[in-house]
Amino acid sequence: MDNAADQNVEANPEEFYRSPTTTPEADPWALALEDIDLATGSIFQAQKHHEYFKRLRQENPVHYHDKNPEIGPYWSLTRYEDIMAVDSDFERFSSEPSIALYDEVLGEERAPMFIAMDPPKHNEQRGAVTPAVGPVRLKDLDKLIRERTVEVLDELPVGTPFNWVDKVSIELTTRMLATLFDFPFEDRRKLTYWSEVITTPPILMGLTIEERLNHLGECLQTFTSLFHERKFEGNESQDFISLLANNPATADMNGVELLGNLMLLIVGGNDTTRNSMSAGVMFMHDNPAEFQKVKDNEALIPSAVSEIIRYQTPLSYMRRTAKEDVEIGGKQIKKGDKIAMWYASGNRDESFFEDADKFIIDRANVRRHMAFGFGIHRCMGNRVAEAQLRIVWEEILKRFERLEVVGEPERVEHSFVHGIKDMQVIAHPRQ
Amino acid sequence: MAKIYVTDASGTDQVVDASNGDSLMNALLEAGVDGMLADCGGGCACATCHCYIEGDGMSLVGEVNAIENVMLDSAASERRENSRLSCQIDISDALDGLTVTVAENG
Repeated sequence: MDNAADQNVEANPEEFYRSPTTTPEADPWALALEDIDLATGSIFQAQKHHEYFKRLRQENPVHYHDKNPEIGPYWSLTRYEDIMAVDSDFERFSSEPSIALYDEVLGEERAPMFIAMDPPKHNEQRGAVTPAVGPVRLKDLDKLIRERTVEVLDELPVGTPFNWVDKVSIELTTRMLATLFDFPFEDRRKLTYWSEVITTPPILMGLTIEERLNHLGECLQTFTSLFHERKFEGNESQDFISLLANNPATADMNGVELLGNLMLLIVGGNDTTRNSMSAGVMFMHDNPAEFQKVKDNEALIPSAVSEIIRYQTPLSYMRRTAKEDVEIGGKQIKKGDKIAMWYASGNRDESFFEDADKFIIDRANVRRHMAFGFGIHRCMGNRVAEAQLRIVWEEILKRFERLEVVGEPERVEHSFVHGIKDMQVIAHPRQ
Repeated sequence: MAKIYVTDASGTDQVVDASNGDSLMNALLEAGVDGMLADCGGGCACATCHCYIEGDGMSLVGEVNAIENVMLDSAASERRENSRLSCQIDISDALDGLTVTVAENG
């Protein structure tokens, strides 16, 4: 194990590594345990990851893999209790240098962001932007979210298939993101594109490393001028940029630091809500009896929203790095080892959620899902996300008898962002 | 050990036996106190364990640090002078008899 930890990690930035063993075609129950590489986007794309997680929860809940040349050796936590314990313990498990298994995108300087910092700096920077998504601000946002949801749903084609992801999920989350940043509204789709550039290996978008850097450069340039404008104005607006520009803890951030925190806030508010918004439609389509429960009793919507988030888990994991030698589940983890906390697995842990593989919108402990994480790094935008999802379902129920998913949705090849690219839906209006 | 006198979010009174070293949040959560959501599990990151410390209790429960200060500002219920996040309060013998009211945290 020590030798493995010392091995050189070499990877070719022009190639996209795929595990030779952990593939969509492989039998998750037949592979040698040490050959299971969970950081493999294709098994998520093929929706095979649940079987891998189920096997590991049973046979090897604290799992080690050391054959991925891009990541190097890493541990995987698959049980709810282990994940919660590590997530709550920032003193022994650091979020630095990165919360993804990849330390950095090759060829780039790592941009520091507060999700990948420990206290005290994390607390100062997070504290600066928290008001943008707090309950006080949320009261103002609620009305705006509803107006936009109504607008978007009323424009949907009726009786003919359309891509729900593009027309609803991306449109609504991007409008919200533009509001949270007070970003020029007409340019809002740039936020979506930059978010994709940030999270996707360039080769999967058909970009060279240089082109990727150019996009990030444009992103930084755009935001830097907004940042300086708002710093100059010294305003008290509650948007992310004004808050960053006018708080002593963040006002003097350099370019890379600003970019890092912007990347965090863009991705945090984009891929997550978007994918829960798409997945929920699919879950309701696949589980008509559950949909009927919400139709019969709209008071169940908040509970259904929590269940959608649990069942989808739009970010599959967060990484920590051990700050000291520590034992978890009988395994010896060494100082410096990478640890992936697989929320996607904890959320299906049968010892915590009864019938964990079933979509049950009124389950008893529905709020205890771990998709927002625990501890000091818990998702700060969870209330905005929940409000967006709640309102979308309230307005769906007013308009549509049902939303029919036609064909198989197209998913992203990603082990971190658990997402849907294209989902064709036919909207059936209420009679 | 400390006996904590709690009024929960729906106005019901109860007495909770809390162990030293535990957080007030955890003690109330384990006692199933209504309104104690504690979404983030004690990370001072969600403000859903917001309580009002009654009587002269504020002098016993320590100071509000910078991050709690920010989180209290974004709590769902009105912040008052006796507002605290219960995850940031450690139980000790000194807190025996503390009286708290759980805020509306939903």
